[in-house]
Order: sequence, then structure tokens, then C-alpha cells
Amino acid sequence: MTTDESDAGWFASVPPDDPDAARDAIERGSAESPANWPRLAVETGFADDADDYYDRLHEASLHATREAVAERERADDQQLIHAVRAMDDCERVANELAERATEWAGSRFDDVDPGIAGARDLAEREPSGDLDGRVVSLSARAAALADERDALAATIDRIAPAVAPNLADMAGPELAARLIALAGGLEPLAKKPSGTVQVLGAEDALFAHLSGRAPSPKHGIIYTHEFVRGTRPEDRGSAARALAGKLALAARADHYSGEYREVLHEDLRERMATIRARADADGDADDGSEGDDA
Amino acid sequence: MPDPALPDGVERREFGVETRLATRGSPVYGEPTAGEWRAWDPERSKLGGMLELEFDTGLSGGETVLYLGAAAGTTVGHVADFAGPTYAVEFAPRPTRDLLDVAESRDRLFPLLKDARKPETYAHVVENDVDAIVQDVATRGQAAVATRNARFLADDGRLLLAVKARSEDVTAEPDDVFADVLAELEGTYEVLEAERLDRFHEDHLGIVATPR
Ligand SMILES: C[S@@+](CC[C@H](N)C(=O)[O-])C[C@H]1O[C@@H](n2cnc3c(N)ncnc32)[C@H](O)[C@@H]1O
Repeated sequence: MTTDESDAGWFASVPPDDPDAARDAIERGSAESPANWPRLAVETGFADDADDYYDRLHEASLHATREAVAERERADDQQLIHAVRAMDDCERVANELAERATEWAGSRFDDVDPGIAGARDLAEREPSGDLDGRVVSLSARAAALADERDALAATIDRIAPAVAPNLADMAGPELAARLIALAGGLEPLAKKPSGTVQVLGAEDALFAHLSGRAPSPKHGIIYTHEFVRGTRPEDRGSAARALAGKLALAARADHYSGEYREVLHEDLRERMATIRARADADGDADDGSEGDDA
Repeated sequence: MPDPALPDGVERREFGVETRLATRGSPVYGEPTAGEWRAWDPERSKLGGMLELEFDTGLSGGETVLYLGAAAGTTVGHVADFAGPTYAVEFAPRPTRDLLDVAESRDRLFPLLKDARKPETYAHVVENDVDAIVQDVATRGQAAVATRNARFLADDGRLLLAVKARSEDVTAEPDDVFADVLAELEGTYEVLEAERLDRFHEDHLGIVATPR
């Protein structure tokens, strides 16, 4: 959806008898606030009266939801891996291009902000002459790539829960996708021992450790999880170990049954509550070997 | 027969020897039927439990409803039987497949595969000033979901919320969890009634609230 439509009803640009356009609008549209959509739909001629509007909404919501369910059930781990890698590529390239464009623009315009925000700003300017034109156009491409990154993130948010409901709920859609990508798929992830899950993504740190430049990593990409990052440094090792253990179980549940298992999530919250209670009850039997360091 | 405490379209009817809550609509989950009425099992439905426990829900029948956490449609099917336009939000694809069947036979039930934590992803579909929000999501952050969705509710509308204690914190005392949830709602809602649903649902709190 383009931004200027973002606060319109789902029917705003949907021809009356186009189920696929309606589906697209319901699935991908958004609005900050609701409005009296039935009345607006009648006023703009989309429907004859409120009853007619609700009939159309019924048909459109059934179609949209049926297709969305089917699509999510078709989505698989390999699609998730492509999506997360593409998202990272877009982000990296968008940042590089934005940096190049804003640096260049700094030599031609005053008042240029750095980064993607700066590129978005530049993309709106009226260029005069060839060189300005190139700078503005390059900025527009950086901004468009940043938009694509966001769209990929939204797609990952939608499909990760279908591919791996437990992992996505426990880790969040993005981290779930990254773990699956690092392992090369849901099945290989489900077969990894939790100690491996714990350091997935820490290959650089592991290398640094092996070449004698750093201590051995206590956690890999799961460091980005609130349970690890939000735990005090001396308990992070235990937090990472507990989280990795449950993530490994979540991946197994997702691979072997695909059902959401509430008890896994409750167990993890319980474990984390215990670990964090140590910070309050300082001085308790807290194994000092858990110092954080990655 | 009609009961003044119940919305129009919800009645206590005889099923064999038992009197049970019931609505009129096509059966959904193999529930007992008597003529065109089908029994509403309060043990399988938080809202059914709230009606059995005589909460003052403010529902009178025919209202516009936003239902959050519709799952396979067990409860929202009953709601659509007695209410008016009913928007059913559920984020898990599997139960939503069954919800679609429930919605097929109810022409004012609108199923939406959406995340209730992100109301902006359905505010272009769900209308404003709904008369009631029914919420039963049973995941962490239940108060936040209710607060974020307040934008849909009419000024004199009702939030009918079921809070599951274990979803917030398995180790805490349910009463402590409920106190936190009520405190978090305070900023956005005035709580009119809050009672445990234990007779039907262990460690759940039923809440009726209205926007501040
Ligand atoms: C206890 S069940 C609901 C049962 C249903 N209300 C009934 O009585 O028939 C909770 C449901 O909420 C859904 N849910 C949890 N978090 C959600 C969210 N953020 N958005 C939408 N649905 C959610 C779950 O997938 C699950 O189906």
C-alpha cells in the first residue's frame, strides 16, 4: 500500500467485484485509526447501503482469510530463509547507498542528515542539473531498498508463525527466521543440541576465540533476545543456556508436530523468573563461572 | 425463555433434563441442539462463563462486536448468533481454518487473520465505535492488547475481557497477576466489574470495563 492511502478503508481502491484486489487490500492495508467504514463505503459508492457493505465485507473477509491461511500453510522454512537473507541484503545495501548518497549530497546541498532518514529526505528534493539529479535518484533508490527491507520484515512476521509457531512465539519472528537460516532449515535446527543452538551465529566470536583473541562465546545470535540481553551480565550465561534449551525444544515441536505447545513457553518464563530472581536475592548460590563476555 | 440479564438472542433452554445457555445458529463443535437452539458451553467459553456468572456485560443483542482471539470460533459463533456485525481476529492459521467454517454460515461474522497486538493492521477493516470488544487471547500482554484496541470502542462501549493468569506469569500468584493487569488497564479503561471465572475456568479473571 502506498502511504497516501494508509488511512483509507480497505475498499478505497478496490473495484466492486474484484475478490483478489479486496484480499490484497485486507491483507496488506493498514490504518492508524478506524473510521465509520460502512458509511464511507456507501458515501463513496462502493456499496449501496450498509447491508450491501456488510455482504461485500463478508465475502471479501472470507476470501482474504481463506487465502491467507492457505498461503501460510504453504510457506515453508526455505521461503523464510530466502526472506530473511533478502532482508539483510536490503538493509546492508540500503545503508551503504544511503551513506554514499548523503556523503555526496553533503558536497552539493547544505543541511543533509546522514543515513536512511537523510536519503529519504534527499529523495524528495527537486534536483537542478545532472549531478544533483544523480544524487537525488541514488537517494531514492536507497529509500526504496529500505522500504523493501521493511516489507520483507512484515512478510517474515506473517509467515514465521505458520512455519514455526513455537519458535516464532518464543524468539520473535525475526530471530526465529535467523536461527532457521543459520541452521539451514527447520529440520537441521530441530536436530541440533541446545549447546549448538546457544552459539549459532557466534562463528566470528568463535573464530576470535580460537585465534586467541577472545574468550569462548557464551551465546550467538540469541544474544539479541530480551531474556539474554535484559539479564544482568553475570547471569547471562545461564539465561542463554536456558533459552537455548527451550528454543531447541520449540524447534523440535515445530518440526515434528507443528502444534503450538503452551507449556514450553510457560516453562521458559518460569526458568527466566528464577534466574532473574537471583539478581534480587543476590548472594544466593550463584555460580560465578557464568560471567558474560561475548 | 428470555432472561432480562441475558442479551436478546441468548436464552436458557431445555436440553434433555438440563437447562443451558443457548443461541440460534448452525452448530459449530458438535454441541447439543434443541430445535434451532444450540447449547453454549460455559466451560468452553469465557464469555459463556461470564454470562452464567451473571456479569453485567451490557450486551443486549444486535450490537457491533470486535472479538480478539477468536480461535476456532467456538465463542465467536455464539456471539455472531445474537449480535450484529462481528469482527473476529485470530492470528494462528490452524484454528482460523475452522473459524472460516463458522463464518461461512453467519453472514455478519467477518474473520480476520491478524495479530491483535497490531490493531493498525486491521483498523482499515474494523469500523470505529463498536459496542463491545470481547477479548480472550491468553498470551502475555493481555492488558496491552486491550489498551491498544480501545481505539475501536464507542465511548459508552464495553470491554469484556478474560485474563488468563498463567499466560502472564506462571510463577506468580494469580491474584498478583490480576492486580497488575487491572492497574495497567486503569489508564485507558474504567473497570466496572472484575470476578474470577474459576467455576468454569481456573485462574481466569473476567473483567467488564468501559473507556475513560
Ligand atoms: C483461549 S484461546 C481463545 C478461545 C476462544 N475465545 C473461544 O472461546 O472460542 C486464545 C486464542 O487467542 C489467540 N491469540 C493469542 N494471541 C493473539 C494475538 N496477539 N492476536 C490474535 N490472536 C491471538 C490464540 O491463537 C488462541 O487461538
